[in-house]
Amino acid sequence: MHEFLQQVINGLSLGAIYALIALGYSMVYGVLKFINFAHGDVLMIGAFAGFYAVPMIHGIFPDPWTTTAAVLIWSMAVCAVLGVVIERLAYRPLRNQPKLAVLITSIGVSLLLSYGGQILFGVNQKAFPDLLPPIRVSLGSSVTISGNHLLVMAVTLLLLVALRETIQRTRFGLALRALSQNRDAAALMGVNSNAVISLTFAVGSALAGAAGVLYAMNIHSIEPLMGTLPGIKAFVAAVLGGIGSMPGAAVGGLLLGLTECLLGGSDLSSYRDAIAFGILILILLVRPSGLFGSSAAEKV
Amino acid sequence: MFHSSKALIRNPRLALAAGIGVAVLLQLGGGWIDPYTTQVVLFAAINVILAVSLNLVMGETGQFSLCHAAFMAVGAYTSALLTGKALPTLLPHLSWTGSSWASQVFFLPVLLVGGSVAALAGLIVGGPSLRLRGDYLAMVTLGFGEIIRVLLQNANFVGGARGMEGILPATNLFWAVGFAVLTVYTMIALVRSTYGRGFQAVRDDEIAAAAMGIDTTRVKVTAFVIGAFFAGVAGGLYAHAVEFISPEGFNFLRSFEIIVMVILGGLGRPVGVAIAAILITLLNEWLRDLSQYRMVVYALIIILFMILRPAETLRPLLSRVLPGRKPAAS
Repeated sequence: MHEFLQQVINGLSLGAIYALIALGYSMVYGVLKFINFAHGDVLMIGAFAGFYAVPMIHGIFPDPWTTTAAVLIWSMAVCAVLGVVIERLAYRPLRNQPKLAVLITSIGVSLLLSYGGQILFGVNQKAFPDLLPPIRVSLGSSVTISGNHLLVMAVTLLLLVALRETIQRTRFGLALRALSQNRDAAALMGVNSNAVISLTFAVGSALAGAAGVLYAMNIHSIEPLMGTLPGIKAFVAAVLGGIGSMPGAAVGGLLLGLTECLLGGSDLSSYRDAIAFGILILILLVRPSGLFGSSAAEKV
Repeated sequence: MFHSSKALIRNPRLALAAGIGVAVLLQLGGGWIDPYTTQVVLFAAINVILAVSLNLVMGETGQFSLCHAAFMAVGAYTSALLTGKALPTLLPHLSWTGSSWASQVFFLPVLLVGGSVAALAGLIVGGPSLRLRGDYLAMVTLGFGEIIRVLLQNANFVGGARGMEGILPATNLFWAVGFAVLTVYTMIALVRSTYGRGFQAVRDDEIAAAAMGIDTTRVKVTAFVIGAFFAGVAGGLYAHAVEFISPEGFNFLRSFEIIVMVILGGLGRPVGVAIAAILITLLNEWLRDLSQYRMVVYALIIILFMILRPAETLRPLLSRVLPGRKPAAS
């Protein structure tokens, strides 16, 4: 039972990270209707940006919590810029081309980032420093939550609430929702679609940057190909929740993280990476619109 | 030269005969070719099979597949098990070395069985997933590819993550070049047949094709299964050429490499795709010492190619993704 509860906590923490990444997929899918394959690699860049900034930031803010916050903000900023640049250079020229052209291009961007990263940062794994003191909060007799897990859940909750408020209450959020309903109509109503799309990439990539730092703090090591697997799993989470739906992405992420940790602790652990794909295939075959998604009829 | 090559394209049977002739000549009279060049030619031929067979799925039928390397893996493992374990156990009195007559005689059925098992995998994957389209199909095929890889990694009787080594070096120029020629011929002849026109009809407009009485799902699955068969044969040739296979060698990146060949060659143009496969093989050899840069070069090629001439590279897909008369509108 304790084992089970411990895995639930691990699962929630992992799921929170998936949720952060999945939101980026869902936001981009909402406005542009394509899967940004490079999203997982933006996460990797975020982790490396944090890694290289830690010594300097630690010099300015000696307090571990402030350091962590500053590293998170720095990585989010780097990734936001990166996301905007990727969209501007690689995706915008293909705005009116078939979705498949953009999809293939985004696979290209993904490979460019991960293998460019191998050249820039080296192939070997790097140890990500422990930013927080090793605190553990015990719940009951033998179940504990580490500081990292607490941080992941707190940061995720904060970002989710901030994102929700942004989307529901700001003009940008309104424009974003309008774009995801109908790009042409939104443009006719005076929405500057290019600006909104750029901002969407900035926000989505910033979330990936935060997720990158949190993920790196949990797995303690980073390398240029680290983004692929969480990226793909977060995509599964986004589809599970219903792609394009923000609450769906959050719930999907948590569900996937829980499933993975609960099954990962069992005999099936060596098949762990295949579980996400099995889930993906099942959802797409049974309910392609996901848990929270709505299916649109195809016009001929 | 140009005219004669055009004549060969117009008359596929002549091209087939000529190609098989070249394969036989290479094998019998190619003793002067050094081992390195031989290996490059083998890789080129295997890549031609992979790219041209994926072209049937992507270029002719318009379905995006990210698991071609997984079918290759199925063929590679099946045939390696046959030559490595099954055949020597069943027929222990025969000599099983790479060039012994027994291994050469049995190599054809081994390759065909490898291809057939891969085709079965294609049927299992394609049956359910081809109901989906576009992005989703891409993700599901990616998922199936990864699942096959994880299964192989956990299958201890084929070496698990360590892979299989000491595979019989039975692949030679005759088998590789011969099968490459045969694949190109089959693909061209197939899409020119009445039955094969269905592939292009599905690609050009799935709804119209269905209205014309084409069972579109069946056509798509057929393309997938045929593509998987040839990928499996290519996998068998690959396993018996490099003598070592591991699940990592058939990951998503390998599939992507094949996609690059198809896109560079031009979707729906088998001869162009074959040429692109040969060029990419040579590029791989030149960039061998710079393996890190290789993927970066690929990535840049793809991005630039897509941005600079997307309409041309994707013309066959264009009308499928955006049904209607205005392919440029969103």
